[in-house]
Amino acid sequence: MTRVKPKNEYALTAIVFLAPTVLLLLVFVVYPILESVRLSFTRWTGLGQSQVYVGWSNWLRLLQDMVFWKALGNNLILALLSILIQLPIALALALMLDKGGRAMRFLKLAYFIPLLVSSVAIGFLFKYIYDPNFGLLNAVLNGVGLNNLAKSWLGDPSLALYAVLAVICWQFIPFHMLIFQAALASMPAELHDAALIDGATENQFFWRITLPLLQGTIRTAVVLSLIGSLRYFDLIYVLTGGGPSGSTELMATYMYKQAFSSFNFGYGSTVAVALILVVLLISGVVLSLTKRFQTEV
Amino acid sequence: MARVKIHPLIWVLALVWLLLTLLPFWFMVSSSFKTALETYTRPVWALPLSPNIDNYKAVLSGGFFRYVFNSLLVVSISVTLILLLSAMAAFVFARLPYRPAKPLFGLIMAGLAVPVHVTLIPVYSLTTRLGIYDTPWALIGPYVAFSLPLTIFILTEFVRQIPRELDDAARVDGCSPARTFFSIILPLTSPGMASMGIYNTVMLWNEFVFAFTLTASPNQRTLPLAIWEFQGQYSANVPAIMTVLTMTALPMIVVYIFGQERIIKGMMAGALKG
Repeated sequence: MTRVKPKNEYALTAIVFLAPTVLLLLVFVVYPILESVRLSFTRWTGLGQSQVYVGWSNWLRLLQDMVFWKALGNNLILALLSILIQLPIALALALMLDKGGRAMRFLKLAYFIPLLVSSVAIGFLFKYIYDPNFGLLNAVLNGVGLNNLAKSWLGDPSLALYAVLAVICWQFIPFHMLIFQAALASMPAELHDAALIDGATENQFFWRITLPLLQGTIRTAVVLSLIGSLRYFDLIYVLTGGGPSGSTELMATYMYKQAFSSFNFGYGSTVAVALILVVLLISGVVLSLTKRFQTEV
Repeated sequence: MARVKIHPLIWVLALVWLLLTLLPFWFMVSSSFKTALETYTRPVWALPLSPNIDNYKAVLSGGFFRYVFNSLLVVSISVTLILLLSAMAAFVFARLPYRPAKPLFGLIMAGLAVPVHVTLIPVYSLTTRLGIYDTPWALIGPYVAFSLPLTIFILTEFVRQIPRELDDAARVDGCSPARTFFSIILPLTSPGMASMGIYNTVMLWNEFVFAFTLTASPNQRTLPLAIWEFQGQYSANVPAIMTVLTMTALPMIVVYIFGQERIIKGMMAGALKG
């Protein structure tokens, strides 16, 4: 005879198994978010100082804070250009890896290396590569006779954001490439054979079959890239610290500097809460838009 | 698989990208073997005059191992906790008939969208109140908590694919749910745990924001922050900085050389659903 387990044994196991996870998330995620919201209504100049409730004044300040809006704009520029530049190159590289078969193993292994190195190390490395006097980039440009292209890459406010963007692309194209490659590898080979037998050219096959089949993957890549760009921090903090004159300031670097350099914990919290609101709003809009687009096609 | 001819432009792109990927690292490694004087007197791309290892000696004798030790400590404890807690949670979500589990799963997944910055000030102040500010222990809580949602998500998918007949058989034989988890589900989930172990190890090994905020003194910090101390010491000495960077990146690269495919697979398992 089989013994039927009482239902509450399941419940008890579930509670015991979930308790540590729930506790950790409450302490390190939920409580800090609520606390940040509360702090966004205070003036607090650091540990040991008193927190003064100031109502909506931090939020009114945020609405008029040109640095914040500039930072938000920079985040959006980075997000948009990241998607437009990274995804096509990543897809081209993935197609090549997919078609090249085994011969491409070495390339794939080499391409992957930037994903293993910390953004901090990459930031410092590129700081020296971009150095106007001793950097690799200007040395190469001068070496091939393009002296007039040699620039103070991170020192020029009109260039710095794009110099940073180039590093971000360098770092993350391999990541998207591997996402696309995994999707391509899971497509049945018969599809390709059948299309060619029916007289399709390689070009037609790509535009009419491969690309539509990649829709879901492209959507994932867009969302990942977007959310990543809105939270971006490590590399920029190391590479430019948001400068020169705010030209590479992002929401996260601005929040960090307000809180931990200027010790405006109250206003820093306001910027932090604004950051999470922007992330939720934009990812929500993009998710619902891409969903609608997908069902229409 | 049949070979298909590749457009020559794609080959060009492939080689250009290879060059772009490797050139910065080549610059880093080759500069690390130069003397400070050499970087000012000879072209950047020139090979070192002689392989000078003084930089390495200086960095290794300058407390570098302390950073490595702290990183190993923090990452090994965090990843062990992440995998165990996530597997337990995944078992509940995938298998146990427990009503509140479903909405709870949704709430935990919402954690995927939370930027760490929104928690930074409260976590910093909490860490200070707990008296663990400026110790490696301060990092473990936030590291585990922020890695749980993704790891739980992936492992729940993984447990769902284990045939249910196995649990049923165990139940018929009188196994308690906890016993079923530890003797049947946990061993069968190990491939998924290995992938997520790799993913979380790489992510936490390179983590910056929490480490930078919650620790301050050099002998309490983790490896990604080693560069800060050395940068102060050697600000104008490019080869010394490049040596620190090379040594910071080296442990991961060495591990990668030994487990290439596994690491790529693990990183992608984590990234795809992220």
